[in-house]
Parts: sequence; structure tokens; C-alpha cells
Amino acid sequence: MRSGAALVQLTLVRYREFRREPEAIFWVFVFPLLLASGLGIAFRNRPTEIVNVGVAAGRPGTEEVRAALAANHELIVEVLDDSAAARELRIGRLALVAVPEGPGRVTYRFDDTRPDARTARFLVDDALQRGAGRKDPVESHEDFVREPGSRYIDFVLPGLLGLNLMGSGMWGIGFSVVDARRKRLLKRFLATPMSKWEYLASFVVSRLTLLIIEVTLLVGFGILAFHVPLRGSLFALVLTCLLAALAFGGLGLLIAARPTTIEGASGLMNLVMMPQWIFSGVFFASNKFPAVAQPFIKALPLTAVVDAFRGIMLEGVGLLGLIPELTVIVVWAIVSFAVALRIFRWK
Amino acid sequence: MATALSIRGLRKTYGDVVAVDHLDLEVKTGECFGLLGPNGAGKTTTIEICEGLTDPDAGEVEVLGRRWNSHAQELRERLGVSLQETQLQEKLTVEETVRLFRSFYQKGRPVEEVIDAVQLTEKRRARVGQLSGGQRQRLALACALVGEPDLFFLDEPTTGLDPQSRRQLWELIAGFKAAGRTVVITTHYMDEAERLCDRVAIVDHGRVIALGSPRELIESMGAEHVVEFALAGDQQIEDETLRRLDGVLAVQREDGLIRLQAAEIHRVVPALLAELQRRGAMLAELRTHTATLEDLFVALTGRHLRDA
Repeated sequence: MRSGAALVQLTLVRYREFRREPEAIFWVFVFPLLLASGLGIAFRNRPTEIVNVGVAAGRPGTEEVRAALAANHELIVEVLDDSAAARELRIGRLALVAVPEGPGRVTYRFDDTRPDARTARFLVDDALQRGAGRKDPVESHEDFVREPGSRYIDFVLPGLLGLNLMGSGMWGIGFSVVDARRKRLLKRFLATPMSKWEYLASFVVSRLTLLIIEVTLLVGFGILAFHVPLRGSLFALVLTCLLAALAFGGLGLLIAARPTTIEGASGLMNLVMMPQWIFSGVFFASNKFPAVAQPFIKALPLTAVVDAFRGIMLEGVGLLGLIPELTVIVVWAIVSFAVALRIFRWK
Repeated sequence: MATALSIRGLRKTYGDVVAVDHLDLEVKTGECFGLLGPNGAGKTTTIEICEGLTDPDAGEVEVLGRRWNSHAQELRERLGVSLQETQLQEKLTVEETVRLFRSFYQKGRPVEEVIDAVQLTEKRRARVGQLSGGQRQRLALACALVGEPDLFFLDEPTTGLDPQSRRQLWELIAGFKAAGRTVVITTHYMDEAERLCDRVAIVDHGRVIALGSPRELIESMGAEHVVEFALAGDQQIEDETLRRLDGVLAVQREDGLIRLQAAEIHRVVPALLAELQRRGAMLAELRTHTATLEDLFVALTGRHLRDA
């Protein structure tokens, strides 16, 4: 027995604890997929919208205006009397009503605070002016860019991946350790010849293996369901994941180093995770925060992890280009592990 | 006989509280030694210092002829420990738990054999969370047993268990002793100490106040019997009168109950009844029992083991 046997058994314990906690499996594996789907669907790029507009009935030129507008495929035109037009405008079913006022004159009735109404105004005006024979002095062409990589799902998926690694790394280690201390299990282990490093290493080993499933699921789902690009190398992605898991694992261990209650650990956990939820650019770009805050934001581990993921997946940045982010991550890993081991309380 | 555990001048304070106060003890190899005392007497602090879990402020501790500061790893290999209030992982099965503990030790007994020894074979695939209190304590003993230790430290192994579970544990612990292992056990149950221990140290306020075999200790009171009685109504009887009765060695009062210590019960009871009849006093209750370690503790401290 011995020489590695304890590490194997302790690591098996980690897997068993995890596998036998259905809620943990849901939050680690299923929830990120649901969140990614929800966000991907909610913020998907919609096809060009068709705008409903009206033309006031019984005016001189009503028919000419209707015909001119109907020629534009982005507009659906109907003719209706004043009271009906007012009602449809009010409830928002029509974006705009054109009121012909004699030859060569028309009034647009619309709510200028509504974006679709303003779009409608330009489309309607353009259609009428062209119909009346306007010649544009500049000849313009259109070239549509609808590539994967610039959509919200492309932006948010690397963020969710980072968020997931942070959550599972910190909770996965922090909760187990504090729970074992609270139950005096750590003390009981201390009374055996078990080596302390094997106990702590079992968390690292189990985290790194569960990580493979987590990352494969989320990235695979993003690629298959939403065609999120992976333009950089798989190696860079895997390396970043490993370092991120070590950094967040170290932070989890640091948080769990002293508290004797789950409540105490939860408070610290939120204290550490909350700023990163907000500032690290998971759901919206972190450069929206003021410039003075940027050095602080860049130094957060989650910012570095998310930036690195976006660089690899969306821009195809190589390892050399990731040196600033990877340095931040490695420093966090080393410092947090070193401090955690120094102040760790077994009893 | 060789010494398994030797403690000299042990002292430990927590802030202003003196938990252990210049405590001396010797435990011989192969004996079952009991630390008997009320909660807060310093038993757990003492045993945790012996287990290497707590550092003493002063004093010397030698376990199996070794010291903690020079032979910690060797000692951990050779000790079997059951702590007070350890909760093993609920999501693991009995077998997984014992296997985990087995992996910590260089040498030890096969997992199946140990599970069988604590009579949990039928439960070996059950999760710890589903076990009863007694079964959990037996599993805790299995974890202490699996490294095949030379010395067991068991801290209140039966506290909070039902009588049947306690008897099962006693059989197990008696088995350790029969196998030639040394056992140090703490308890605040006098019947447990009397039943299991070759020798007992009665501990109070961090000191040993009496030491010897349960029989010797009880005999040291000079009173092998206790007569307890209460008078009906609000009738009174003075200590002085009672002390003059034939065969009464000592008198104590507690919650309206009067306790007489006696060497010979056949002299005390008739004398007491005669005195009461002379006064026209009536008994509300009367009982006698053979003196126990509990009575010794009461005689020494005026308090009970349970509520001191």
C-alpha cells in the first residue's frame, strides 16, 4: 500500500462526492449550457425587419404614394382613414403614416423616439423621393458581413466558459475543504499518516479531469449549436483552461484555508467572485468601465481568463500573444496556492 | 511491564481557562486505561495532545517510547484514533471509507476483514449518511483499526448511543484489549469505565484526582455500599444524627435526597429504620446499591460526572 495509493483513493473520493451530488452536476455541467442557449437565442441576429406603414386614405395623391412605397420590399403598405391610422400608430402596429398633402407634398406622422419609426421614415422618404425621380449623386453598393464571431453568443460563450471555471474551481475546492473542517474530518485525517500534499493534490487532480468534461461540453455545444468559431489552436485553449483551473483552485483553497463554517466561506466566496462577475467582461465588454479602473480590472484573474479565451476563440491569437493574460493567471495560481498552504488550518 | 504512554507535568491553557493542569499518567502496554471525568475536565485536551493534534504548553509526552517532535510520522502509523464528533463523509459507503483510511497506512489489515470485525459486513455498500449512530461509531472504530495500530486512543466512543449499541462497542473494545493492544479511552460513563478498564484515572479540572483499578478506587472510599433515602413531607433529620448511626461512614445531601456511605449495609439499614421510627418520620423512598465510580466522584468532588 502507500506511495500514491492515498492520492488515488482521495481523488476517487472527490469524484464520488461530486457524482453523488446531483445538484453539483446540474450547476457545473447543465446550467452553463442552458445559460448559453438562452443568451444565444435572446440576442441572435434577426433577419432584416419588414416595417409596416400606412397611407392616409381619401387624399389627393394617396394612390401614387401607396404605389411608390409598395415598390420597396422592406415596406408593407396599407391605406386607412385618419381615425384608424391614429389608433394603429398609437398601439405601435404601424411605424409611420404618410399623409399626402397635394402634389409634391407629404407629411410623415410617427413617434421619433421609436427606432423602428425612424427607420421607417428613412425608408419611406427614400422610396418616395426615388419614385419621384431623384437621382443620387454618389453611386453606392452594399456588401453584407454576417460572419460568426461578431455576434453576442460569440462574445458571451468564452465569458461563460471563464465564469464556469471560476465557479466550479472555487466552490468545488472551497466547499469540500470547509465542510471537512467543520465536520472535524480534516482533524481526523491529521491523526493518520496521510500526507497533506496528497490531500490537497487530490482536489487539483479531480478538478483538472472534471475540467475536461466541462470545457468539452460548453465549447462543443457552442460550436455545434451556434457555430461559435475556434480560430486559435486547441492547445492554447487547453493550456489556458489548465492554468485557469489552477488559479481558481488556488483561490478556492485560499478562501477555504481558515473558515470553520460554510456561511463564513460563502461570504468570502461572494466577496471574491462578485467583483469578477461585474468587472471581468463576462456579459459585456470590460472596457466600458472608466479608464482609471482598467489596471485593476485587467489584474483580476477572470478578466485575464476571459480575455485569453476570446483571443483564442474569436481572434485566433497564438500563445505568444497571450503572454500578458497567461502571466496574470499564473501569478494568481502561484500566489494563492503559496499563501493558502501557509495559512491552512487543519483543525 | 513496558510503558505505552507516559505523561509528565502536562499543562495546556486556552486563554484564561486551564484545560490540563500538571497532569501525570503512565499507561502500561496491553492495558485498557480509562480517563473518567465530567465534560470539560480536560480529558479530550489530554488525549488530543497524546494524538499529536494539539501542542502542550508544558510537560512531556512519550507515546510508545517516542516523542511527537521527533517521530510524528512513525507515531501516526502506529496509532489508531477515534475523535469525538468526527463526521465521516456521508456520501461515501462504508467500504469506500475504510478503503480510504487503509490507503493512508503503510501496513494494515484487509478492508473486508476490518469491516467484518466491526460487524458492518451487511452494510458495507450503504452510504455513511444512512447509518445509525451506533453503526457510525463502529465505522469510526474500523477506521482506527485498519492501520493495525499498537495503541488506540478512543475519545468518548459511546457518547449519545443507545444501550444496545454501547454494549456492542464495549465488546469490540474488549476485543482490542484481548488482542494485546493498548487502549486509552475517555468517558464520562462510570459503567463504561468499570466494565472496560483495567485502570482508571479520575480527572477533574485538568488534574488526576484518583488513580487505580475500578475495584481499588471504590474500595479506597472504605464504603462499598450507598444507601439513599428521602423523607416524606417536610420532615427533617440532621447530618449529625445520621453520622452517629451504626456503620455510617459519610453523609451527603442532594436535591432532598440523603446519601449514606456504608461498609456494611446490614448494619446501616436497621439502624436508620430504628431512628426514623423513634422520630415518627416516614420514608418517601429508600434504595441501596453497591458503590460505583460515580459515587467515588461524588465523594471526591461533591458533583456528579454527568452534570459537573
